[in-house]
Amino acid sequence: MQPTNVGNPDYFHRVVDCQWACPAHTNVPEYIRLIAQDRFTEAYLVNRASNVFPGILGRTCDRPCEPACRRTRVDGKPVAICRLKRVAADHRDEVKELLPAAPAEKNGRRVALIGAGPASLTVANDLMPLGYQVTVFEKMPKPGGLMRTNIPAFRLPAEVLDEEIGYIIDMGVDVRYDTPVSSLQQLLDSGEYDAVFVGSGAPKGKELDIPGRWDTDQIFIGIEWLESIHFGHVESVGEKVIIIGVGNTAMDCCRSAKRLGATDVKVVARKTRKYFKASPWELEDAEEEKVEIVENLEPVRFIVENGKLTGMEFKQFKSTEVGGKLQQEVVGTTVIPCDTVVLAIGQDNAFPYIERNIGLEFGKWDMPVVDRTTFMSTRPGVFFGGDAAWGPANIIWAVEHGHQAAISIHNYCMGVAVTERPASGVTLTSTKMGLHEWAYSNNYSAAQRQKMQHVELPVRFKSMTTEVELGFTAEQTAAEVERCLNCDVQTHFTDSLCIECDACIDICPTDCLTITRNGDEADLRGRLKAPADNLEQPLFVSGSLKQTGRVMVKDENVCLHCGLCAERCPTYAWDMRKSMVAIPQASPLLQIQVRA
Amino acid sequence: MTFIPKPKVFHPALPKNALGLTRRDYEGAITTLCAGCGHDSVTAAVVQAFWDLSIEPHKVAKLSGIGCSSKTPAYFLRDAHGFNGVHGRMPALATGANAANGDIAYIGISGDGDSLSIGLGQMSHAIRRNVNLLYLLENNGVYGLTKGQFSAAADKGSLSKKGEGNTMEPIDGVLLALTLGASFVARSFSGDKDQLVPLLKAGLTHRGFAFIDIISPCVTFNDHEGSTKSYAYTREKKVDIVYADFVPPTHAITADYASGAVRDVVMHDGSVVRLHKVAEDYDPTDRDAAYAYVRELQRRGEVATGLLYIAPTSQDMHEQNATVPMPLTTLPFEQLCPGNAELQKLQQRFR
Repeated sequence: MQPTNVGNPDYFHRVVDCQWACPAHTNVPEYIRLIAQDRFTEAYLVNRASNVFPGILGRTCDRPCEPACRRTRVDGKPVAICRLKRVAADHRDEVKELLPAAPAEKNGRRVALIGAGPASLTVANDLMPLGYQVTVFEKMPKPGGLMRTNIPAFRLPAEVLDEEIGYIIDMGVDVRYDTPVSSLQQLLDSGEYDAVFVGSGAPKGKELDIPGRWDTDQIFIGIEWLESIHFGHVESVGEKVIIIGVGNTAMDCCRSAKRLGATDVKVVARKTRKYFKASPWELEDAEEEKVEIVENLEPVRFIVENGKLTGMEFKQFKSTEVGGKLQQEVVGTTVIPCDTVVLAIGQDNAFPYIERNIGLEFGKWDMPVVDRTTFMSTRPGVFFGGDAAWGPANIIWAVEHGHQAAISIHNYCMGVAVTERPASGVTLTSTKMGLHEWAYSNNYSAAQRQKMQHVELPVRFKSMTTEVELGFTAEQTAAEVERCLNCDVQTHFTDSLCIECDACIDICPTDCLTITRNGDEADLRGRLKAPADNLEQPLFVSGSLKQTGRVMVKDENVCLHCGLCAERCPTYAWDMRKSMVAIPQASPLLQIQVRA
Repeated sequence: MTFIPKPKVFHPALPKNALGLTRRDYEGAITTLCAGCGHDSVTAAVVQAFWDLSIEPHKVAKLSGIGCSSKTPAYFLRDAHGFNGVHGRMPALATGANAANGDIAYIGISGDGDSLSIGLGQMSHAIRRNVNLLYLLENNGVYGLTKGQFSAAADKGSLSKKGEGNTMEPIDGVLLALTLGASFVARSFSGDKDQLVPLLKAGLTHRGFAFIDIISPCVTFNDHEGSTKSYAYTREKKVDIVYADFVPPTHAITADYASGAVRDVVMHDGSVVRLHKVAEDYDPTDRDAAYAYVRELQRRGEVATGLLYIAPTSQDMHEQNATVPMPLTTLPFEQLCPGNAELQKLQQRFR
């Protein structure tokens, strides 16, 4: 193999599994270290720089970081990254003065954003400090989009939403509430805006058009139903409720039903648990509330007697897994009695306000054609992001779309090609403080993942707005932060200094290191001190070593970043260096950066 | 030394041996030697060898004297027995312990000061008795604990860290052991575990005194230019004479080597040490030839390594003295202490 180029920003970034997995590339280890030092405000700001909504995401994020967390491969459970984010948000001091502000003097460019959800808000967040005049058109009376109307308040309190959205809007964003855009053409033709960003989400719940569907008024569409609950239009529900679908919306629906007074709530799934779309922790939270999750059922018809919904008939499957694929055969039918059904089987996009003759091309499934890198549609100056771009994803993806679209909009308005993206960078700083002292807590903590404490069941069922999760206690926080392996403090190797004494190899607790003759990757992976069979994790390969011409190989897979290799190295060939990946965002320097 | 203990987590695919133990179960306390010390590599090789052989840690005794090397028994096999004795007296301890209980494995760790200066007579007599012991001489050519004076193993003409030359002739552990009639003589290098680990396993299986001189650089006081015991010098001058491959007793032996290049020596327990002769015409069972060869290489400034000599037959101390075949601890009391009548009878024989 060729020697690894650690100057490539992607190499060490990839080692920080959580940051690599996060769509917005939040610098997780950095903020966890700050929390460990009780520097909650700084931890919050590190978060906010990437993900804009730490308080909201600390409660609701889909957490792509956690399945990626190296700790999972070491002791089975990831660091509770998401809930530590909430710790930073809960305990921060006033941050308003520390946030970017919009300049009094504007740059003369106007941008219209459609929808006040996370994608649009991120665009506003990035563009306001650059002097843009930003107008948001929102059909609802309040900002937040699905974050507000679809996530129940028992998971995400309104104050948290208001505060974090306020930071953005208070920069002087012109938000026009109760103002749906009825014609994109009109908006464009008005000539008032230099660019338009469409962040109107995927607001249409999927239908289930089977016999009986239209014979009763007790069948609801999940996201519409949640919205109605949010605005107080729905205040009660039947006793026996069936939720169709097992995504995260289904979980919010079943738990809301419990709070509206339902006594028997069943979530019905076609597939088996392994294939559920809901996050495992959301399934657990629902089951804790005595919601029953039933597998292997496919809806056949609604049973309506005298205009009243009395049950649902299902095909029953027997599931087997053949070659990693689910195979289901029908073994019969079954009827589950119910008086209310909520359909939570997915969402569709809907762009009734976009005319099809304005040079904005629509492709497969009647979705707009949007460039994956620039987020620009086929009509120059019209950008898409969030669920509106490629269908339903999640908040953190919407935020990242917003960041990228903001770069494009800034380029577009400044006359730079939207395809000219600023490069990311990496800086490496030694953490060596003394002979065996490092600027991070390098000792391995054997603590297990902390369990989030919840409000008791009877208390939480009394109200729609009682937040279920209590947040971590100080003790839990202290234990959880030490579980982080500091994957951003990198093992940095200088081959010209190595005397091949084997000290690092002998001390490494997880057998990451091998000195051996070079070979191709497959060959090397087979010859390392411990099996290097996790192909998603890179191998570091040094240049030829002085004394024998062999190479130092490191399998990054289960490195604890404990620094023992560097402590045992007599020549400082190994050093522990903190890598900081610079992820570009729209900034006043952007065009200079692009042209450099 | 390091300030944090080695974390007690390991690679998820870390293999287990026949006893269900991982290599980590054969480790000891964290080392307090200088970072980069050759002795730590020897320790790691010892851990590997005991693990490979699936020897139960509590059926091992670790013995040592004084010196950097003599500290290392603390760093491996935390569940083994151990005795850290007076400077240079490890061979006497080993002899006594072995006499009382021949059923466990003995490993003695010593350095060039412990073995070739203060303990030279001790080592000589353990060799002469052919005590069943794996005897490691971790050889760095200096007294590291007292800041790097030349040891008895330092080569004439080699330079100290401050630049002074050594004027005295060295005592070479390998030549000495060959002269004294050691039944297993090897030399290796801490920086070459591929060579060292099989030698350790062969030495542990050998019934009798297994002597391995291991060049183990002192990274603090003897790893400079002008040193003849540095990592760089040893790598440059090291010549593999006989590569020993250890074949456990349960493995079928397949002869797929050209005859003459390979020679198998069957050990007491049925395992086989397969000798790959890298040097042509070298006979590792001919003591005189081995001596001459090692001496010849030394004259050329080269360091002969590998399993240099192994006695075709070896009788250890117990066999020579026809002792009871079991450890004294398991001997019934009546036999261990037959009483006054038996004593009288015995004394009668000498009157």
